Amino acid sequence: MALFEARGIHKRFGRQVVLERIDLSFEAGRLSGIMGPNGAGKTTCFNVLTGRFKPDRGRVVFDGEDITGLSPSAIARKGIARSFQIMSLFDEYSALENIVIALPDVRARGFNMIDSLSADSEAADRAAAVLARVGLAGREHRRAGDLAYGERRALEVGVALAARPRLLFLDEPTSGLGTEATARLADLVQDLKRDHSIVVIEHDMQFLFGLADTISVIHWGQVVAAGTPDALRENKWVQRSTLGAPP
Amino acid sequence: MAPRQSFAGRWVPGEMALLFVLMATLPLWIGPVGLYQYLGIEIAIWMIYGLGYNLLLGYSGLPSFGHGAFFGIGAYAFGLFQLRVFESLWLGMVCAVVAAAVAGAFVACFLSHRRGIYFALLTIAFGQVFWFVSIKWHAVTGGEDGLLNIPRPALELGVISPALSTNADFFYFVLFVLAVVTVLLWRLVHSPFGKVLQAIRQNEERARFVGYNVWLFKWAAFTLSAAIAGLAGSLFSMAQQSAYPDVMSLHASGIIVMMTLIGGGFVSFWGPVIGVAVYFVARDVLGTLTETWLLWFGLVFVLAVIFKPEGIAGAWQEFTGAKGRHALARRAMAGLISAGRK
Repeated sequence: MALFEARGIHKRFGRQVVLERIDLSFEAGRLSGIMGPNGAGKTTCFNVLTGRFKPDRGRVVFDGEDITGLSPSAIARKGIARSFQIMSLFDEYSALENIVIALPDVRARGFNMIDSLSADSEAADRAAAVLARVGLAGREHRRAGDLAYGERRALEVGVALAARPRLLFLDEPTSGLGTEATARLADLVQDLKRDHSIVVIEHDMQFLFGLADTISVIHWGQVVAAGTPDALRENKWVQRSTLGAPP
Repeated sequence: MAPRQSFAGRWVPGEMALLFVLMATLPLWIGPVGLYQYLGIEIAIWMIYGLGYNLLLGYSGLPSFGHGAFFGIGAYAFGLFQLRVFESLWLGMVCAVVAAAVAGAFVACFLSHRRGIYFALLTIAFGQVFWFVSIKWHAVTGGEDGLLNIPRPALELGVISPALSTNADFFYFVLFVLAVVTVLLWRLVHSPFGKVLQAIRQNEERARFVGYNVWLFKWAAFTLSAAIAGLAGSLFSMAQQSAYPDVMSLHASGIIVMMTLIGGGFVSFWGPVIGVAVYFVARDVLGTLTETWLLWFGLVFVLAVIFKPEGIAGAWQEFTGAKGRHALARRAMAGLISAGRK
């Protein structure tokens, strides 16, 4: 059975239907892609899957457990972490503190009111390792708000990664990045793929076709095509779409 | 993370040692500089109140404009315990803290899913309710006169029970409570709990997606802050030997906000401590010059908010070149006003 499944998801805002009968399933150990043009409902879909919005209808199942309608924090504690398209960091904290606060065992003692967190060298070491993995070694003590744009993107992924997620959602991780930085991020995601189950939203086709094992195409709030990158290259809809020719 | 600190540094850093020394020697120098002993008691009590208040405002980014309610509840609870139950210092204080915490916990249930201006407006509304009750519920609170002749119980230490009847003795008791509260709050703001509160202030949404139950953290911070206000209130009713509605008014609640901001609560743990001292000294020094001293103090406050929201602590950090959280103070200030964001 798939690690994560969404069945028949409906979501509307007022009278506008944003998602209609979305079925998605993500396998463990795979990198699954979601693509589609701007405004297709990709991010809304992510927001429903990670708990920011409750679906009007449909079910979300993670590892056999129904997590529909749970709060974002409850879903996060189940082992689902996400990054944000519009960067969402703790800007006044250093890069290291951003990671430390997201570590599961720090979260577990969130109500500890007496022990100094900055004196916890074990947590700091683990956080430093996460930073190194996303290519931010040497930036530990820089404030997140003072990091360069590309570094902030990497930290976005790092904060999600810090939670040791069983499933990692990345919302347009290359958003706003130049060619070179995008290539570096692709290398990072390729590396993370070795030991993580990942779901990526992208509209950069090249990025996604190079990395994903399977891709679902969302348009007008519906899944219009799904399959391996190779299968999608043959797909009439994808060929005709305004997304540009697949690489 | 900050560089590793020594054990002593983690419990009593230099600034805290300085505060303790200044306060402990206060009876020696306060007379010669032209002020008086009782002022030291007031300052110490409001420092406790301010430090607890800044846990909400500065650390959690939650603007409470009705915090006087919890200070007042502490004062009334202490007074009622002495007058209606029996005379006991410790039990009276416990009663005050518990009463304020329970009231705070109740109010926090209605506040914790809010932030910014909506949070602020609700705190004002609740504050007004408590203030109104204190005026109208004559049978319990004594109405507008309040509770009078509240005894100041002796300090029960098991074998000995020294009296606290003189202001000099009572000052050292208040100072002891201030020291305990300061050390514990210092630990708290550097603990995982304190760090999570600061994370929530910076980015509530991300904190939620990292897995923190944001509602519960805000609720706990509010309840704790109310409990500390209640503790300060119990000392206040001992100092004044009375409890009255005035400390619960919107005006009184505004003063603790003003003290915390002028001192620099957004950028420093010590902001409220500085702000309280400056306020009381200004009251007494300016107060001898003009009856309208609060007008001038208010003007300074307005100018501070416009030009220097980092407060005195921020100006000091700038002067000494220490890296502070100045951008944060500006954003936090803007946030207090405009935070309708979602």
